[in-house]
Amino acid sequence: MRHLLSIEQLSKTEIESILDRAESFAEVGRRDIKKVPTLRGRTVVTLFYEASTRTSSSFELAAKRLSADLVSVKAAGSSVDKGESLKDTVATLSAYDPAAIVLRHPYAGAAQLVAQWADAAVVNAGDGKHEHPSQALLDVYTLRRRLGSLEGKRIWIVGDVLHSRVARSNLIAFKAMGAELTVCGPPALIPRGLEQLGCEVEHSLERLGEADVVYALRLQRERMNESFVPSIREYAAHFQIDSRRLGPRQLLMHPGPVNRGVELSGEVIDSPQSLIAEQVASGLVVRMAILYELLATGDQGPAPVAGNGQAAPIGQPA
Amino acid sequence: MSESRLQMRTGESASLVLRGATVLDPVAGIDARHDIVVRDGVIAELTAPGEANADGIEEIDAGALHAFPAFFDPHVHLRTPGQEHKEDIETGARSAAAGGYCGVLAMANTEPPVSTPADVEALLADARAAAAVKVGFLATVTRAMEGEELTEMASLRDVGAAGFSDDGLPIRSARVLRRALQYQRLCGGTIALHEEDPELSGAGVMHEGPVSAALGLEGIPSVSESTMIARDAALAGYEGGRIHVQHLSATESVEAVRAAKAAGVQISCEASPHHLCLTDEEVRSLDPQRFKMNPPLRSEADRQALIEGLRDGTIECIATDHAPHAPEEKEVPFEQAAMGVTGLETAFAALHTELVLPGTIELGLLVERLAGGAAPFGVERPSLSPGSEANIALCDLSARWTVGEDGYESRSSNSWCAGKELTGRVLMTLAGGQVAYRLRSFSMGVAA
Repeated sequence: MRHLLSIEQLSKTEIESILDRAESFAEVGRRDIKKVPTLRGRTVVTLFYEASTRTSSSFELAAKRLSADLVSVKAAGSSVDKGESLKDTVATLSAYDPAAIVLRHPYAGAAQLVAQWADAAVVNAGDGKHEHPSQALLDVYTLRRRLGSLEGKRIWIVGDVLHSRVARSNLIAFKAMGAELTVCGPPALIPRGLEQLGCEVEHSLERLGEADVVYALRLQRERMNESFVPSIREYAAHFQIDSRRLGPRQLLMHPGPVNRGVELSGEVIDSPQSLIAEQVASGLVVRMAILYELLATGDQGPAPVAGNGQAAPIGQPA
Repeated sequence: MSESRLQMRTGESASLVLRGATVLDPVAGIDARHDIVVRDGVIAELTAPGEANADGIEEIDAGALHAFPAFFDPHVHLRTPGQEHKEDIETGARSAAAGGYCGVLAMANTEPPVSTPADVEALLADARAAAAVKVGFLATVTRAMEGEELTEMASLRDVGAAGFSDDGLPIRSARVLRRALQYQRLCGGTIALHEEDPELSGAGVMHEGPVSAALGLEGIPSVSESTMIARDAALAGYEGGRIHVQHLSATESVEAVRAAKAAGVQISCEASPHHLCLTDEEVRSLDPQRFKMNPPLRSEADRQALIEGLRDGTIECIATDHAPHAPEEKEVPFEQAAMGVTGLETAFAALHTELVLPGTIELGLLVERLAGGAAPFGVERPSLSPGSEANIALCDLSARWTVGEDGYESRSSNSWCAGKELTGRVLMTLAGGQVAYRLRSFSMGVAA
């Protein structure tokens, strides 16, 4: 794996190999000294053109735990404010000879362009409404830990699918792992032709009881100004996941940040069925595994995996 | 009359003999091997192969080549005035000549837009100074393309505007278009329409469908185009006006034009080579250089509907919508990139490769439709009949070439064919009785 630009590029085996490695990093996280020397002397650049808490902090911490030198660039306050193009910014940062560039950008395909321009390995940390592959990997990781396997599991993705890169990447990843997908939301927020990605489309939560996992998406408050939904109240009445709609055996996920009282009611967020906090914890180890996979295993595809799902020994560059 | 609306550089009139060319002009009913004798810029005669008396003028061995009436493109962007870093009249006309065109009509969405008689006069003077092929200029329908007040359409026609268009933008207001159609009775001049409902297109960047759903890109629905065509066809029918619908892209649009024609509306339309050859599947590459344009590439069913429209005559012409852009406007993520691709140099070769060679359409139909854009604007169709002005595209149908490997005549390189290997190439173009183009490597050996 040279870059991580999309979930679409990964096979099931490649996904599993990254997740297996994340398991072994979870073990490192339980040590007193949570750091391994794998990327010592190498540089990781995070370049964020959009606000982010979880993704940027977990990539930064992941790079540090792997002993890489880290350069964090936020578009606000950088030369981007002065009108520098993406191409020129990447050329500037490339002068530091980074091993990896982690990019968050408001437009689809930005990471792919950077991969054409830079020698570094490129990680897509979210491009427009297109893909968010590291989120999908951490979500599969979280579910796999809880359920063992996603094979045959019924997952409902509920909410504003139209504007969600998480929905798109997760659809592809969950399907690759054998799950059955249903997407549910108001008609104007479900893109036309989505069913051709291999999912069912519903506009009502009536059959939500069939789901093993409910994955709720954030509804941005400004959507009602564009007539996607008439009001937040009406949206919540029809699509909010609350304790009445969520059955006791169903698991609940959300990529964050949550709009309490809009897509989720307060009590389900804090319920034992909620995996939301676990998702955040998974983010760190999965992002360590992604950087490791790209930078420490060469270009030979999936890294060797030792018996029973444990990744090969870590701590030395391969 | 209409020819004064088209201007080109005056140079030496061509005198030459094309020996033994396969001559195909479906409109004139010519389909045989001939020597074509051009004297002083006029097709003097067609003789049996080898029989023409050259009389000391240049002879070209065209035994393996095809001669067609040169093509006419009613829809190009020459970016002058204001954006000469993308294209100017000289480079744009050279690009047209390299594609086998003898004439083009330039759109008015320049910076500033072509809205005054002085603008048109200046452009026609530029064309007289610099253009290798005939160039005509449309003026905007509304002042500064703001969609509100009409331009001085009659004065614009008096100084030579070839027609009217706010291309790049639709005319939002039905009332404004209606007034323009009424005024057209006074001044003539076909009104060419970019049909798109901005309310439905929103901030869309590609066709709305499964591919836009997969990519997370905002879609432009097909009905954004077809609903406006239906509106404007109804207005043209009501006012007895003459309209030309630009760059059809969708099934529903072809149906709307077909229905309007059946109802007797004076309506013509065009399709572009890229819409006839490509679909929205290409956008999966997220490459805006080759695949971002407006209207967007649509589905395979839409592409098939355009081909059917071309066959049955609903679509009477092919227009490239040649839209040069600078690299910095295209080397950005898809959503941020400028819309438009260049197409003059590759139109014939691409359509020959993608539609004629696989047997989808006949060569004769392609040749006919590539010059079909003249008539809707009152321009005389190029012809190979003896006595006609020499407007000839000389092509090698078996030549294989890779687009862009030798650069472009256009100032811009955002060709939708960049890197494609095509079969069929224009070797020489005569426009307005002059040699407008010769491929550099095409040897001009004098036949023995």
